[in-house]
Amino acid sequence: MVNLTINNKKVQVPEGTTILTAAATVGIKIPTLCYLKEINEIGACRVCCVEVEGKETLVASCNTKVEEGMVIYTNSQKAQYARRMNVQFILSQHDYRCAACQRNGNCTLQQIASDLNINDVPFEQDYSEFDWPEDFPLIRDASKCIKCMRCVQICDKVQSLNIWDVVNTGKRTNVDVSRMRKITDADCSVCGQCITHCPTGALHERDDIQKVMDAVHDPDKIVVVQIAPAVRAAWGEGLGLPASMATEKRMAAAVRAVGVDYVFDTNFSADLTIMEEGNEFLERMAHKDQYQWPMFTSCCPGWVRFLKSQYPEMTSQLSTAKSPQQMFGAVAKSYYAQILDVDPSRIFSVSIMPCTAKKAECELPVMNDAGAGQDVDVSLTTRELDRMLKAELISPALLPEEEFDMPLGVGTGAGVIFGATGGVMEAALRTAYFVVNKENPDPDAFQAVRGMDGIKEVTVEIGGIPVRAAVVSGLGNSRKLIEKIKAGEAEYDFVEVMACPGGCAGGGGQPITDGVELADVRGARLYELDKNNPLRFSHENPSVQALYRDFMGKPLSHKAHELLHTDHEAWDMPKAK
Amino acid sequence: MSRLSVVSTDKVNSTTEKLMKEFTQRIVANPPGVCPVDMQLAFLKVCHAQTCGKCVPCRVGLGKLEELLEDVLDNKATMRTLDLIEKTAENIKNSADCAIGFESARMVLAGLEGFREDYISHVKEHKCIGTFEQPIPCVTLCPANVDIPGYIALAGEGRCADAVKLIRKDNPFPTACALICEHPCEARCRRNMIDDSINIRGMKRYIVDNAPTNTVPVPECAPSTGKKVAIIGGGPSGLTAAYFLQLMGHQTTVFEEKAKLGGMLRYGIPNYRFPRERLQEDIDAILSTGVEVKLNTVVDTEAMEKIRNEYDAVYIAIGAHTDKKLGLEGENSNNVISAVDMLREIGDDKYPDFTGKRVIVVGGGNVAMDCARTAMRANAKTVSIVYRRRQEDMTALPEEVEGAIAEGIELVTLKAPLRVEADENGNACALWVQPQIIGPVKAGRPAPRKANKPEERMECDVILVAIGQDIVSKPFEDFGIAANRGRLCADETGALNMVGIFAGGDCVSGPATVIKAIGAGKVAAANIDEFLGYHHPITVDVEIPEPLLNDKIPCGRVNLSEKEAWARKRNFEGMEYSMSDEEAVQEASRCLRCDRHGCGVLRGGRQDRW
Repeated sequence: MVNLTINNKKVQVPEGTTILTAAATVGIKIPTLCYLKEINEIGACRVCCVEVEGKETLVASCNTKVEEGMVIYTNSQKAQYARRMNVQFILSQHDYRCAACQRNGNCTLQQIASDLNINDVPFEQDYSEFDWPEDFPLIRDASKCIKCMRCVQICDKVQSLNIWDVVNTGKRTNVDVSRMRKITDADCSVCGQCITHCPTGALHERDDIQKVMDAVHDPDKIVVVQIAPAVRAAWGEGLGLPASMATEKRMAAAVRAVGVDYVFDTNFSADLTIMEEGNEFLERMAHKDQYQWPMFTSCCPGWVRFLKSQYPEMTSQLSTAKSPQQMFGAVAKSYYAQILDVDPSRIFSVSIMPCTAKKAECELPVMNDAGAGQDVDVSLTTRELDRMLKAELISPALLPEEEFDMPLGVGTGAGVIFGATGGVMEAALRTAYFVVNKENPDPDAFQAVRGMDGIKEVTVEIGGIPVRAAVVSGLGNSRKLIEKIKAGEAEYDFVEVMACPGGCAGGGGQPITDGVELADVRGARLYELDKNNPLRFSHENPSVQALYRDFMGKPLSHKAHELLHTDHEAWDMPKAK
Repeated sequence: MSRLSVVSTDKVNSTTEKLMKEFTQRIVANPPGVCPVDMQLAFLKVCHAQTCGKCVPCRVGLGKLEELLEDVLDNKATMRTLDLIEKTAENIKNSADCAIGFESARMVLAGLEGFREDYISHVKEHKCIGTFEQPIPCVTLCPANVDIPGYIALAGEGRCADAVKLIRKDNPFPTACALICEHPCEARCRRNMIDDSINIRGMKRYIVDNAPTNTVPVPECAPSTGKKVAIIGGGPSGLTAAYFLQLMGHQTTVFEEKAKLGGMLRYGIPNYRFPRERLQEDIDAILSTGVEVKLNTVVDTEAMEKIRNEYDAVYIAIGAHTDKKLGLEGENSNNVISAVDMLREIGDDKYPDFTGKRVIVVGGGNVAMDCARTAMRANAKTVSIVYRRRQEDMTALPEEVEGAIAEGIELVTLKAPLRVEADENGNACALWVQPQIIGPVKAGRPAPRKANKPEERMECDVILVAIGQDIVSKPFEDFGIAANRGRLCADETGALNMVGIFAGGDCVSGPATVIKAIGAGKVAAANIDEFLGYHHPITVDVEIPEPLLNDKIPCGRVNLSEKEAWARKRNFEGMEYSMSDEEAVQEASRCLRCDRHGCGVLRGGRQDRW
């Protein structure tokens, strides 16, 4: 243990602790800006600088380890002066017209400037210009970038795609797409992890709210909304709504209050995905020698983009089943149009997703199988949902809970856990067990795939056949797993992959709480919803059963193939360079 | 008003002097990897600030050039801007009245040509061509990329054995480099911005003196792959490759034509600079990985055929071991000895005796200094170095030249050898030289030419020729390996024109430094491993100390001391002293830890494996 004094308080911490962490143990908060624990500890912003007695120069508390006998002042005149002026330096190169920024009210720079009582910037404003393809789902506004390097680090260290890099040196140092590429030519998965780890509004999703509102106000359009599992675990965060108020039924009420015509649940199409993908897996297992192994899940578009760019030779190992978002879109513009007895072209299909890659997915040229334009017209992130509710003057706290609409608003507990890492695998195993054994397993029999470990492995016996399964989240972890498979060090039958650490609960479209990873908290809410749902098995979803009975026939039928499956080879992804 | 006055230094002048000196140091420590166009603009601004303002091209023109360069950097330029920059600079160069103007413009023109790709990238791509690689200057400039801040920090804590392990991750010759490395790492040391570079080689010397490398166990080898690799040449490059390939699990066999291992470390560098027993420490450690050695084994064309069939891969690192001839009349007289031959004999412990002899050494490189100082130790009566250019043009390290002078060796500069005069017995008795005048700079070096002075006769008994070495490449060229003027044509991976055969070191680069040869051996080992279908990472398990939290106030650099000239010049014993603990701790505390401060903590920092 190391003994030191911080602001006249005695502190004892283990060797190797940083000053920042040591201060926190005695309730002393040192402001940080570029710092991201274990990801970005580069001491670049110099906002966390503190004074060490006997030393002339200040040290960055985020990456300086404590030493025995140190005497530290976090708010000495020198430290405070440096902290304030360094924030003023940053502001002088940041477009601080905060009122017109997506991150207004949830910006670390804004918060620090406010906390430090910065009322003016004594330097000339000089920031980079916005120069970015505006129709790309992920937007980088250079005028807001403070060069904290978090995006560079998260993409390198966690997602292993190295999309961002520092370009130029000296005063023109900037962050841009790496290796002289344009974002449209880069192998970006559009996972959005750089967005959720950006302290300012420099990185954000393309805002598609207006497209939805235009449809809402178009009398010819029937606006059909699906809401993804993980959205319900997080939507309240961006509205300051406590978890007890931010229920899924209140979410349904709030979305309905926007004026959309039908509020449905992606849990429904998650269940449908299990029927298709589970049966596809059993089918592939029955003809094992005809396929390359393992089979990969295909519900995460960030992962699909990753695999197609990094390991194109493995594309055929993706399940051909569409993601729940796209299955829903195809069903909405076919089966549901039939139920409503309307021309499918009148249906405006909106998804609300915890995800930025979903925006790219719904725009893929092949995602139009229902024959009425894109199956999903607009995909909004959870953050956009929150902003839309605010903009439409809706106060969810004052709304009574409401049910989802029928029939596509019915989802099982197996569907809702799609939003957490391991959920797809668990749901699939529950149904596969049923298909093979003709009886349900204990719904909690496959708990081993739950939890926040980046790579989880489990072998389950189904009908006497051992199924070697792996669950991975985070693209860096995915790369590790694939490299192991390619090196022959690991062998699996079925692998669930989610691009974001913790799965969709930690998705790149979720509300941002800077410096805090919330995937496991949100995931726990989803497992709670699963537990409390009387339906725990996808194959028991009555609406899914009705869909097969009245429209699709059976899983993997011709019609199902037409509407619910896709050819991953039919579009190109920029390859890794 | 007095007619004249004595100028005393005022505060402005003395501060200017001080800042100029610091600025010079800052330029020395320019970080590798910064935008060259941005640097050019910065230089141009300094140039413009030096302008007196009298003349138009300089006062106005340099400002216009600055604006044009700003346009390039601010993404406002087109390709026509580049043309305008060229025309503008050309005009300033042609019409400025003094050097402040025309030299500024000349620098811009040189940059425009040298950084052409960067300029175009700024114009077309709106970004600099270089990626953000401004890694640790010393590590970048070390051809073997040794983790220098890491081992300096370890040495500062007295963890010398750990430091040896860390050095070995990239370089299995810690002792050799501690004693005789030319330390390119020190050139751009960031500490130059404060006072002076870190004495990196001195720190390494402290490490190996406190933890001799033969006492620090080598890492465990990977499980045997069953692959066999032949290494032709047992010098620093070959043994480096052998060491790493052994660690990767391959069985290497070193074929060495001489009686002992070490190559130029033994057969080129004299004992007083690198005592043999110290060389043996590194070699013993390397051999402890299980390298097989075949000494006194010449590899000719026929042997190459056999080796190629017997081994899965081959690394050729034969060095440059044959002498270059002067091409002078009388060169074949008795007692005209090539440096290579003399140093080779010494390598096998056969020392010459020049008692009472007047010795002339021809050449100006490090080998010439080694020869001259060896002749002095072989008891010569006088030793003179004859060189065509001036002392400052010598390619030898300045400290080597100074050491030679201190030992009583005469430098006879600006004399070009003409012919060797022999006596009736065929023994050399004089060297005729033509006095030279130093002239215009050619290819960056002032070139000498014949002076309007008569030939001179320099009496002597022995002439040592140290004007460079050549590569014995013929047997390999006959085998089918491509070579260009004797140098084997290996690409940057070490691969040759024949599959599975690699080459590196002096036989590829021409005579160069030990650390370059080691770096080439490391590169070859990695690529041979890949060629054999493996990817064995080389790692080290040593925790690097945290940076010290000391204020970076200027502090003198600790230099290594040597025995006094009189005590060292007549024997072959080692002559350099190590640092004391006190000195090493202080020197280590000067290190700015660029691995942890500045961009090293973000990009291009510590590589813990390769």
